[in-house]
Amino acid sequence: MTTDPKRIRNFSIVAHIDHGKSTLADRLIQTTGGLSAREMKEQVLDSMELERERGITIKAQTVRLDYTAQDGEHYVLNLIDTPGHVDFAYEVNRSLFACEGSLLVVDAAQGVEAQTLANVYQAIEVDHEIVPVLNKIDLPAAEPERVKAQIEDVIGIDASDAVEISAKTGLNIDQVLEAIVKRLPPPEAGDPNAPLKALLVDSWYDTYLGVICLVRIYEGTLRKGMKVRLMGAKASYGVDGVGVFRPTKESVDSLGPGELGFLNASIKQVRDARVGDTVTEEKRPTDKPLPGFKPAQPVVFCGMFPVDAADFEDMRDAVERLALNDASFSYEMETSAALGFGFRCGFLGLLHLEVIRERLEREYDVDLITTAPSVVYELTMTDGSMQELHNPADMPDVVKIDEIAEPWIKATILVPDEYLGAVLKLCEDRRGIQQELTYAGSRAMLVYELPLNEVVFDFYDRLKSVTKGYASFDYQFIDHRAGDLVKMSILVNDEPVDALSMIVHRARAQGRGRAMCEKLKDLIPRHMFKIPIQAAIGGKVIARETLSAMRKDVTAKCYGGDATRKRKLLDKQKAGKKRMRQFGKVEIPQEAFIAALKMDDD
Amino acid sequence: MTSPLGLYIHWPYCARICPYCDFNVYRARGAESAPLVAAMLADLKAWRERLGPRRLVSLHFGGGTPSLMEPEDIARIIAAADDLFGLVAGAEIGLEANPMEVARFAGIKAAGVERLSIGIQALNDHDLNVLGRDHGRAAAIKAVETAQSLFERVSADFIYARPGQSLRDWQGEWQEALSWGLGHYSCYQLTYEPGTAFTKKAERGAIVPADDDLTADMFTLTQDLGAAHGLAAYEISNHARGDDQRSRHNQLYWTGADWIGIGPGAHSRWGRPLYGGRQGASAVLTPGGYIKGPSQTFEAVTALEDAQERILMGLRLKEGLNRASLRAATGHDVDPEALARFIAQKLLIDQDETVRLTPQGRLYADRLAMELAPAGD
Repeated sequence: MTTDPKRIRNFSIVAHIDHGKSTLADRLIQTTGGLSAREMKEQVLDSMELERERGITIKAQTVRLDYTAQDGEHYVLNLIDTPGHVDFAYEVNRSLFACEGSLLVVDAAQGVEAQTLANVYQAIEVDHEIVPVLNKIDLPAAEPERVKAQIEDVIGIDASDAVEISAKTGLNIDQVLEAIVKRLPPPEAGDPNAPLKALLVDSWYDTYLGVICLVRIYEGTLRKGMKVRLMGAKASYGVDGVGVFRPTKESVDSLGPGELGFLNASIKQVRDARVGDTVTEEKRPTDKPLPGFKPAQPVVFCGMFPVDAADFEDMRDAVERLALNDASFSYEMETSAALGFGFRCGFLGLLHLEVIRERLEREYDVDLITTAPSVVYELTMTDGSMQELHNPADMPDVVKIDEIAEPWIKATILVPDEYLGAVLKLCEDRRGIQQELTYAGSRAMLVYELPLNEVVFDFYDRLKSVTKGYASFDYQFIDHRAGDLVKMSILVNDEPVDALSMIVHRARAQGRGRAMCEKLKDLIPRHMFKIPIQAAIGGKVIARETLSAMRKDVTAKCYGGDATRKRKLLDKQKAGKKRMRQFGKVEIPQEAFIAALKMDDD
Repeated sequence: MTSPLGLYIHWPYCARICPYCDFNVYRARGAESAPLVAAMLADLKAWRERLGPRRLVSLHFGGGTPSLMEPEDIARIIAAADDLFGLVAGAEIGLEANPMEVARFAGIKAAGVERLSIGIQALNDHDLNVLGRDHGRAAAIKAVETAQSLFERVSADFIYARPGQSLRDWQGEWQEALSWGLGHYSCYQLTYEPGTAFTKKAERGAIVPADDDLTADMFTLTQDLGAAHGLAAYEISNHARGDDQRSRHNQLYWTGADWIGIGPGAHSRWGRPLYGGRQGASAVLTPGGYIKGPSQTFEAVTALEDAQERILMGLRLKEGLNRASLRAATGHDVDPEALARFIAQKLLIDQDETVRLTPQGRLYADRLAMELAPAGD
């Protein structure tokens, strides 16, 4: 039994982190009776432990709400919850593509943030109807009029009839539901009898059912038992089940035009169910596949190594299993003199990196060392060929390189007036090129072009620290641009340490080199001899520190009662020595790598 | 063939607790000595039953502050040791004394003690106060003079690298101490042990520990000046004028011989791993518990553990560590790769199967021991 498209509303919620998107989603589910209050877990849509903890959404999730509107009609409302973070812009985009409208949720006290902007522009780009919602209206600091004006100024949409709510207390949630029905358009009414044409919106791995595909039907009808074809992947599967989320999985007989739901079909790997693919019937394929999406490309790379070399096999297993469920995460084996066997991994951005790292450590219990994140450089060789460089350690001989190009981004930063100077300085220090500087009330909106290389380093942390956490930041990629980029090596006692080499802009090399040498000086334990620590470009040393020799290591008192204690200490030291990495005569504890790679430049 | 056997007697009470001390010590306030002595005697008897007939080459009263013991209690323990085990001719009987008990020194000698080591620690009132000692400079000098007049063998203990102490300060003090002409000195660098009042103060920043460079210079100065006065260090922190003045008891520890301990928390080691096994024991820790029942906790010391201990201890001696003896006792040897490396770095010499630290190597004795010791799996 499929639903009349006129009674369907497919929508998503666009918001900055912490502006109450998940709370509103929960409230909508509760109000429409999807789950009783008792069944409600805090923010049910963020089902991954990590998502709940960090208050972010990584995978798109969907929920079907049954709502009887004031006009007496029954409606089906499909909410697709989208990730808010720029790293997952690609997932946001395809989720938005599958709906007709968006709720723009803005904190009535804080106003528009950078992330709000990036996401709302994406919604506008896919022709969404947008209903502004001011949340946290119950807070004493709420300034709905000012925030409405800001929405009109900064985003350029009419906010005069914004719905004023408190998702926390449940105030005016009914008005949100009415607005969805009245102000958002229904999906186009496709022919339910035409050949099936559905968009694969997302896919993930379920331990019991195999790969689950979230689909949006445009034409035709999806039924259990049907043989479907993934047109891009050129593979066919029998549909084992069709269903919807309420938000728990519930089987249905069929899904018709305009509807959202899932299918499972014994697909083994997420990679086989490519997001953006068109799902059609095996026997009666549609003649017009959907335009589809270009697969997301990793833009940030880093090495990940097990702290204990003995854990490598466990790590391999964990990485493989993670990749099963995350097609945008790539990996390949890497060997480092410093860190042993590990993987070079590619991510959509820094948050993605952080999320994967935490999942490996938490869900798979592997202790990791992560090397400094690096971006993808495009090398034009003197023979005219092109190469991509993901790992500074793989940098070819400079005489063979004609030009190195690095990725640039367009960054949008919203910041209270008082911190503007500090942010400008930070952007200038990071080779930024100012594009725009405008004001909305007491806040400045800055648009800068920045090399991604400078952003992955520690830009977020610095921005947070110079603005006491008040700035918001978002970015999108622009292009690769040629730059005066060099590989900086770090030498400890004249031995290069591969895990610490990095590609930097020549103008920034000395500062970074000095910072790294100073940091290492504090991190490497003193040896019986003095150790020079140098940063070098090619053969030229650009920064140098000397770690002085340890002068003595001898216990003053050692008598009968000390024998056991001293021996146990010796065992501990011997165990600690196993965690050391040897570089020529110098032993560097792994902790030093971890700390050195987490550097900041003040 | 059995190793020489020594007896250690731990007297856990002190008049007050020094802020740098992490030993098993307790305030003497109102402490009852009779039941403790009774427990020690019972413990000693049990040791005799456990070990069978052995002769003792040394007795050492340590603590705590054993100079707080009644001379008759000291005499009773010496007599019991002689009855149960028998002392070899010329056995060493030593006791650690606090300068404030100078009035008891004669009684201590009369009880049978022939070697007195006095906890001088410092020679100026300010530093003695910082160290939390109950004596001043005058009392320290008086105690040394009294001991010299009574005992053939007297040792003075010092602590250097005190907060605020300069290299010159220590040089002056060490020189003055050497001018007394004693046969033995122990000079310990002040270390900040976990849980002590000094460590807490250092963590708070209330006192500033001497830095690595200064303590290294002080150590070298201590060695050089001692040697120049005919008292070369025969162990990292111990200086003696000739072999007769050495502590024979302490040498049992450094050479991996046998020793048994009585008193709260006292440790013991006896036997050889390859000849019937080596055993370790430690007594009940608290005086209260020990008085109730002076029981011992035993552990087998494996050949590997014994080898590690022999290396840790033996390297500290001027004579060094004999590898043939090490192998005969334990079946293990020092790590050949580390040995070659340290020889090349002139931190060690290996002559006639004996590994000795060079003066430079002494500065790194712990590090060298760690790398030379064989590792478990």
